[in-house]
This record gives sequence, structure tokens and C-alpha cells, in this order.
Amino acid sequence: MLEAIVFYTLAVFTLGFGVLVITARNTVHSVLFLVANFLCVAVLYVALAAEFLAVIQVLVYAGGIVVLYLFVVMLVNLKAIPEAQLDPARRSRLGFAIAAALLVEVSAILVYAGQRAGPAAPAAVDTPARGNTELVGWLLYTDFLIPFELASVLLLVAMIGAILLARREA
Amino acid sequence: MLETYLVPLLKIVVLLNAVLVAVTYMVLLERKVIAWVQVRLGPMRVGPHGVLQPIADAIKLLLKEDITPARADRWVFTLAPIVSMVPALIAFAVIPFDSAITLFGYPITMYVADINVGLLYIVATTSISVYGIILAGYASNSKFPLLAGLRASAQLISYEVAITMMLVSLVVMAGTLSMVGIVRAQLEAGMWYVFVQPVAFVILFIGGLAETNRAPFDLPEAEQELTGGFHTEYSGMRFALFFLAEYANMIVVSAVATTLFLGGWLRPFPNVGALAFLDLVPGWIWFLGKTFVFLYVFIWIRATLPRYRYDQLMRLGWKVLIPLAIANLVVTGLLKVLL
Repeated sequence: MLEAIVFYTLAVFTLGFGVLVITARNTVHSVLFLVANFLCVAVLYVALAAEFLAVIQVLVYAGGIVVLYLFVVMLVNLKAIPEAQLDPARRSRLGFAIAAALLVEVSAILVYAGQRAGPAAPAAVDTPARGNTELVGWLLYTDFLIPFELASVLLLVAMIGAILLARREA
Repeated sequence: MLETYLVPLLKIVVLLNAVLVAVTYMVLLERKVIAWVQVRLGPMRVGPHGVLQPIADAIKLLLKEDITPARADRWVFTLAPIVSMVPALIAFAVIPFDSAITLFGYPITMYVADINVGLLYIVATTSISVYGIILAGYASNSKFPLLAGLRASAQLISYEVAITMMLVSLVVMAGTLSMVGIVRAQLEAGMWYVFVQPVAFVILFIGGLAETNRAPFDLPEAEQELTGGFHTEYSGMRFALFFLAEYANMIVVSAVATTLFLGGWLRPFPNVGALAFLDLVPGWIWFLGKTFVFLYVFIWIRATLPRYRYDQLMRLGWKVLIPLAIANLVVTGLLKVLL
């Protein structure tokens, strides 16, 4: 009962902030609603007993990435909209196409999930690790080693690329 | 019911009040110590030796007119002081002041929560507190606060990287992210981590000064260049909130440094049996004493050192502290595997 109340309240807040992100006129306000949205998602993770994920959500997304967004928004003059983006018909067509694609995807997931017999309880992982953080670490370095390493290589490439781009202009 | 809700709630109420009183008296301590360093007396008028000065200051700030600049972003302007104060206060939730004491025949743990990810939680709260400063700079709609806000956030983000890197090597030592667990690990090792990880300790201390915008890294408040910093346009209690948040952050950094490096509530040299008589002093007094030493050094440094230039600050953060933290992590990992 209590869980349901917490979940639905959070869901309302998360979705509400999500809507505000795209409807806010002021870009800085939009970014702030995004932070609020991320914080609500973090609380959802806590409700799922995934503290590690919740803290990482706050640390990386709310505290790291969005701060950089805010930097860009504050430093770049957003009042002058480039000419190419002024065509409202083209923008709304594009928006509708992306929204439709998302709708198809979500309904496909829902149909697929509905066909399966209930969510399978997470199998007790046979690891020597205890606690949330240890389990995440254990899984990352055993079952998901290759995706994890690939993601790190991708990040490394992105970092080197950014340094190269910055050097060329200097 | 009583155990799950009432006791934590009472702890939170007591802790919040204690922190706020401590913060106001930190301001007095700072004024006094700086005055003594400069061979002055400091506040002397309100109460004996000025001990009631914080109360007078609080009344003054509460009664002052609360001004919002005409062209400010009203909502964000109101939000910014709150956003900078709240993370500083909630960080205290995971700081262990002592393991457990018995109060009225009832054992009470001296921390609000011992969560599995305590250390990461503190890092996350400090990463949120950056918003208060950026938003204050932006919402004031004024040049100098905006510049100060950008400076401050760049500084906070840079030093956060170094501190977080350094914390990883500490976690490798302790094998846990829980604050209570880290103190226990020091008890088992029989040694404070300051002796095992001196490099990490220095990085945390310098990074802590930068994270709290304290001298010699108080560029966001450089009066000569920025007419007062990101809170130039703020007045009355909203200004006071920024001020209090800075001091609360100092206490958080000191308490975290005490927990991680000076053994939290442990007595000095917990492995030497001959010093067992020191256990007569309760653990939380040891904890508060060590924290106080840190706070005193913060003030002492402010009274002693001139301010860094901005490029020097960035160079120190990115080219010295971060490589040092990574090297420290590599060495710690190697030693942990080899020994």
C-alpha cells in the first residue's frame, strides 16, 4: 500500500517535470525541470532498493551532465534562433515522426511483456558479493564484462576526440 | 513504529539544530580568530567577549529588507539560496558521530543513517550544491554575479573530479562505501588512514578548501574583481542562507575528512593498548574535537594566505591534483594486490 502511494506520487512528479521540460519557454527553467525529473527518478531507484543506482543517477546525471547543459545554455545566446529551425511545419512533422516511432516501440514492449507470464523474479545470483554496490560491480566484471569494456572504449574515444577538436581551434 | 519513525525523526531535529547553531558560532569563531591574527579584538560588544554576536547578526539579517532585483528571474532567484543550503544539511545524515551510546538505558546509534553507499551519497549532495551558485549567478541578471557563478561552478566541478578520484583509493583500502564501515576498517587496521594515505589526505584537504570556496581559493567571492561574488544581488535572510551554506559545507568537509582519515570517533592510536585510558573520553567528543581542528585550520589559512589567480587554480586542479589522485589510486591498487 505504502509502496503504491510512493510510486504513483513519484510517477506523477516524474512525468509532470518531464512535460514541463519540453513546455517551459525559458531554456534555463527547462534544464532545471530536467534536474527535478532526474531527482524523482533517483527516488524511484531508492524505492526499488537500488541505492547505488540512485546515488549514481544524482551524481552523474543531475550533478554532472546537467551542470554542463546549464553552462552551455548560459554561455550561448539562445534568443537568436537559427533560420533553418524557424520553419514550424517541418519541425512539427519531424516531431510527429519521432513520437510515432516511440509510440510503436513502447506498445511493442507492452504487448511483448503482456504475452510473457509475469515478471520473473530475479534469480538469486550466485556471487560472493553482498550488498547493492558489490553486486553491481560483480555483474559488471563477470556477465557484462564485454559491454562494459566497449562502453569504456567508446568514452575514451569521445574524450580523445574532444581534446583533438579543442586543440585544432587553439 | 517508535524505532522506525520517531527515533530517526528526533535525531534529525537534534542534528539540524546542532548544525545550525554550530554554523552561526563558526562565523563568530572566524571573526575572532582572524581578528587575533591581525592583532585586533574582534566582536566585543554583544555579550561578554562578543559571544552573543551570532544572535544579534541573525536578528539583523532577519529584519533586513528582502530585495529582489526588478529584472531578476524571480523563481530561480528564490530557489538558489535554498538549493545551496539543503545539500549542505542533508549531507550530515550519513556522518557517524559515534558508534552507539546508551541514553536512558536505550542504545542509540549516533548517526541518522548508515547506508551502503554513504560516501557516494556525500559526493552526490556536494555535486548538487553547485546548482545554488550557478543559479544565483544566473537569476540575478547582473554581470558580476554571473561571472562569479561561472567561476565557482567551474572550480567546483574541477576539484570534484580530483576528490572523487582520491576517494576511490580510500574505498580500495577500506573495502566499503559506508561511512561507519570505513571507521570500522580503520579500527581493524589499527591505524588512522592519514598515516596510510597521506597523499589522499592532502588532496582531500586542498580539494575541500576549493569545494567550499574558502581562501586561498575564494575566487567566486573576490571582492576586488567581482564586487562580492555570486550573491551580490542578495540581501537579508537569502544572503544569510548562502553564508550559512558555506559554513555548513566547511563543517561537512571537516567531518568527512575526520571520518575518512582521522578515524572518526576512534581515539588516537587505536592499536596501542597503553593508551586505552583515552577511551574514557566518549567517541563523539573525539570526533567533534578532530572536526574542530580542521575548522580552525580552515580559518587560519584564510587569515594567512593570499588568493590564487584563476589560471593557477585551474592548473593546480587539473594538472597537479587529478594526476596525483590517479597515481595514488594506481599505487594503492598495486599495493593492495601485492601485499
